[in-house]
Amino acid sequence: MAMESQPSMWVDVFMQQLTTGLSNGMIIALIAIGYTMVYGIIELINFAHGDLCTLGSFLALTLVGLLGMDAWTGLPGVGGVVLLLVSCALFCASLNWVIDRVFYRPLRQAPKLTLLVSAIGCSFILVNVALFWGGIPMEVFGGGVAAAAPKDFPALVSDENLLGATAKMSFTMSDLLVVCVTLPLMVALTMLIRFTRLGKAMRAVAQNPTAASLMGIDVDRVIGATFLIGGAIGGFASVIYALYNNTISFQMGYRTGMDAFTAAVLGGIGSMPGAVVGGLLIGVARALSDGYIEARWTNSVVFGILILTLVFRPSGLLGAKLRDKV
Amino acid sequence: MLNVQGMNAGYGPVEVLHEVTLEVHRGEIVSLIGANGAGKSTMLRCISRIHGSRSQSLTFEGIDLHSLPPHEVVARGVSHVPEGRRIFPRLTVRENLEMGAYRRNDVAAIAKDLAHVHELFPILHTRAKQMGGTLSGGEQQMLAIGRALMSSPRLLMMDEPSMGIAPILVARIFAAIKQLRSEGMTILLVEQNANAALKLADRGYVLETGRITLSGTGAQLLADKRVQDAYLGE
Repeated sequence: MAMESQPSMWVDVFMQQLTTGLSNGMIIALIAIGYTMVYGIIELINFAHGDLCTLGSFLALTLVGLLGMDAWTGLPGVGGVVLLLVSCALFCASLNWVIDRVFYRPLRQAPKLTLLVSAIGCSFILVNVALFWGGIPMEVFGGGVAAAAPKDFPALVSDENLLGATAKMSFTMSDLLVVCVTLPLMVALTMLIRFTRLGKAMRAVAQNPTAASLMGIDVDRVIGATFLIGGAIGGFASVIYALYNNTISFQMGYRTGMDAFTAAVLGGIGSMPGAVVGGLLIGVARALSDGYIEARWTNSVVFGILILTLVFRPSGLLGAKLRDKV
Repeated sequence: MLNVQGMNAGYGPVEVLHEVTLEVHRGEIVSLIGANGAGKSTMLRCISRIHGSRSQSLTFEGIDLHSLPPHEVVARGVSHVPEGRRIFPRLTVRENLEMGAYRRNDVAAIAKDLAHVHELFPILHTRAKQMGGTLSGGEQQMLAIGRALMSSPRLLMMDEPSMGIAPILVARIFAAIKQLRSEGMTILLVEQNANAALKLADRGYVLETGRITLSGTGAQLLADKRVQDAYLGE
């Protein structure tokens, strides 16, 4: 008790919360990118996106179980993590493309609300697929006896403190992994959107699909590519989420999805830098709420932020002030 | 070159075009004039396939356009400068022009066409790095035309290029249209400014509530009493 009143101790605790918050925030930001990209291009809140990431995590755990990856150490261990990242990214990318093809593309000309209902339906389906998946009788899924129970995700990445065992603050290999995966992804995505032919076409379609088609752009194909890319990024996020938090459940997509959706709205939905800033802020807000208020209030804090944003700044922190459609 | 026969189109239950027949020959400027709501824009939208239509025949250089999605129509050589310009406001001027050449891979020819567009509208060169949305209305129209030219079309369709634009810029845009024609471009021009459009045109059509009511050379239509009464004032 006496220790807590010392200012240096207070700073350490705060810095620790900040580190955890930023790491989780980066994961949230990756998922938020998937929301914001799809919203930017077809004005749909893709409610299935969080659940897509759940399936990514389930695939990761399945691979860990099938290959006995928890026993891999050293270089094979690193290779295993890369393998998980690549396979889950490919899986989520293709699945997201299929979701667009099956659930959204037939509704391109339909009212936006119809599209939204389709997204919610798709979300339910994915949640139930995850529930079913958790019941597969594999050792990693607890032998399949309790499909709905949260599953332990083995700590493939060491949680040894990189700052030294005696340091007051901890920055682990998992934190480093998060940074090493998210930062390059964000840089690569920004480059892709700014400088490549596909990236420019994506922006053109987002701003005016009809005009884009008059330029010879195959709009449906560009939208498909957007789902592919957003899905891949969600796939990366699903793996580092599992590695960082060491537990997954069939419902996690709902909560993480809500965090990510709030992040996207807070940053300004449709804006890529906004999703990143929003993600980091939500991650930090969660950590501070966990640390200084109480963990059971954390979801309320996040929803509070969502509501305040929608009421006072619906365009978000970095969102465009006005939509220049028509 | 472009052959439209018996085109019908509408929005929901409302029929906008009734059995419209129109032809454009290589190297011509054809003007389509008519009042607001006569169906002029719909006509262009149907040709570029961003609006559905039923026609006996809709062909360009002998190719049936009906079976093609809009992005394929562009690839066949028909470029559409839409009503209201529809530039990409949050793409730079340069990126807007690049989008026009989206289907092309011939780097050298694209660079040549870009230089040509810059020569036609030097302002697009000056403002290359600005966002499209920051341009004035007239400059945006120039960008829209330049963007359409970047697809290297053989038929350029323009919808109301003079709408809502300062007179001095209108003059510049019409001068550019003249220059394009002298370079051999085929143009289908939709205009409310009937006087300017018919002066420029080799031939013209008058569209009234979805039907072609008159056609002839530009000079014939300019001299026609009915056209004078309805569209030219005085």
